[in-house]
Amino acid sequence: MSGNNRQPPVIDPTNPTGNLTRTKIRSAWLFLIPMLVLLALVAGWPLLRTIWFGFTDASFSDLTTTQFIGFANYLEYDEGEWYGVLADELWWRSVWNTLFFTLVTVSVELILGMMIALTLNCQFPLRGLVRAAILIPWAIPTIVSARMWNWMLHDQFGIVNHMLMSIGLIDAPLSWTADADLSMWAVIMVDIWKTTPFMALLLLAALQMLPGDCYEAAKIDGIHPVKVFFKVTLPLIMPALLVAVIFRALDALRVFDVIYVLTSNSADTMSMSVYARQQLVEFQDVGYGSAASTLLFLIIALLVIAYLYLGRHQLNRID
Amino acid sequence: MFNPTPQQILSKQAKKLLGKLAFYGLVLLIILFSTFPFYYAIVTSMKTSSQLFEVNYWVEQVNWKNYLTVLNQEAFISSIGNSVLIATLVVLVSMLFGLTAAYALGRVHFKGRGPLMLIILGVSMFPQVAVLSGLFEVIRALNIYNNPMALVFSYTIFTLPFTVWILTTFIKQLPKELEEAALVDGATPWLTLFKVFMPLLWPAMATTGLLAFIAAWNEFLFALTFTLTDDQRTVPVAIALISGGSAYELPWGIIMAASVIVTVPLVILVLIFQRRIVSGLTSGAVKG
Repeated sequence: MSGNNRQPPVIDPTNPTGNLTRTKIRSAWLFLIPMLVLLALVAGWPLLRTIWFGFTDASFSDLTTTQFIGFANYLEYDEGEWYGVLADELWWRSVWNTLFFTLVTVSVELILGMMIALTLNCQFPLRGLVRAAILIPWAIPTIVSARMWNWMLHDQFGIVNHMLMSIGLIDAPLSWTADADLSMWAVIMVDIWKTTPFMALLLLAALQMLPGDCYEAAKIDGIHPVKVFFKVTLPLIMPALLVAVIFRALDALRVFDVIYVLTSNSADTMSMSVYARQQLVEFQDVGYGSAASTLLFLIIALLVIAYLYLGRHQLNRID
Repeated sequence: MFNPTPQQILSKQAKKLLGKLAFYGLVLLIILFSTFPFYYAIVTSMKTSSQLFEVNYWVEQVNWKNYLTVLNQEAFISSIGNSVLIATLVVLVSMLFGLTAAYALGRVHFKGRGPLMLIILGVSMFPQVAVLSGLFEVIRALNIYNNPMALVFSYTIFTLPFTVWILTTFIKQLPKELEEAALVDGATPWLTLFKVFMPLLWPAMATTGLLAFIAAWNEFLFALTFTLTDDQRTVPVAIALISGGSAYELPWGIIMAASVIVTVPLVILVLIFQRRIVSGLTSGAVKG
């Protein structure tokens, strides 16, 4: 490869007894240890503790004198009544809310993101400017965007009601964040605004890696662009699209900030994270809240495992 | 093919023009969709509290009163200080730990590397609430509750995984000859990393650093849970907790002024470094 006369020592990865390789592997572990210790301390150990707390009656003010109470936080039958997270209607409501939120936001973001990505994939004079513009929602802190929309959706003085009324879509102002039927849609709208750019950029990156020649061929054959999109483009970017969807879905399943700031602890929009945090911090019931957190973790972990199993061949490519 | 009549040529041109118009209409719509809420926040932040009762699409008169009110609040100023300190330290910590780990993961073949990468990726998917009670206990034990260090520590849970992931992708692409030359010259791995690789990794480090900074600047759940007093708050928590002096007063002018103050630096960062940010956001997903 190189025209260098000095031969580098042969490092044979298939021969682990090589002296150099061994030193290298030893130093590799030394290099890894700080990161692994930090991750264990900040993620691994706390997760194990949370799972443990889920089986105890711990409270936020006192985490030391806790008692093991088995599955009572999850489900318990006492004097003719069921107790525990799994018997709590509000928990199931928050599960449903979270799933609904995830399904709607990710689908809409996918469609909008695809439209934006296809637009930005064309050559036109203002392309850089548009790309910078769509990064703005992504960069704005979720809290700030939630508060901006909170004001725009204000029931009396909000600009959204004003706009809708002036074009005649509604007769009277709507109370977006308080109305039980509307508040989930308000949350969904804000999330779509905030995270569509991320989706669009991932899809755009995939589009820009496509080979140009098959498009030339399709153009010469006079195939309709819509058909080209579904028959050529979509299958080619499918792997990247799936990664983007999974990233977004996992993010949506743990949603907290936008719901907490827009609608506080309202049952109409409560997500699993909001539910667990309310139990943990506001009701100080660490045992019960940890049980809910563990369930959320299990749901997400199952999805990740399913995804890794399905996308195994793709991840193998990294090595 | 037959020769097109002048009318047909005209309609073809009209069609082309219409298509172009529709395309630029779409472009305009995308720009409006992305920037309008931020623009409207700026408009609102310039209003007096009585002007808030009517909807305006433009700034009627420039009025900095809300900005002065916010900047005169000690709690808000200290929250900006805390956020800057925390985000900077998070970037430094994740860079140091991420670089060493990326060197090991990207340049050395050893057993268990693949599963390790998967575990690291898995951590970035963690729902934060799932570690909340355990992390609270660790933070109490380290005696850093209600202290910026608690947030520096806890934020590594999401900055470290993507720092390691992106830096590993980049470090893998560097030519093998570089390292071999350093080895022949008797350089230790530590020296190889900092003298040979690091100068070549600056672009990747800038990207991950920016992403880590923005992520730490924007985080809310941990900041809300692990701080207690106003002087230890970060910016997102401070903004989430601003409310009016009374139930009859609309606090939105002040809230929007505060929002604009903390967002403008981010927007400027994004506009300057958009290429880097986009490459960082997409490198993990597309190449992975």
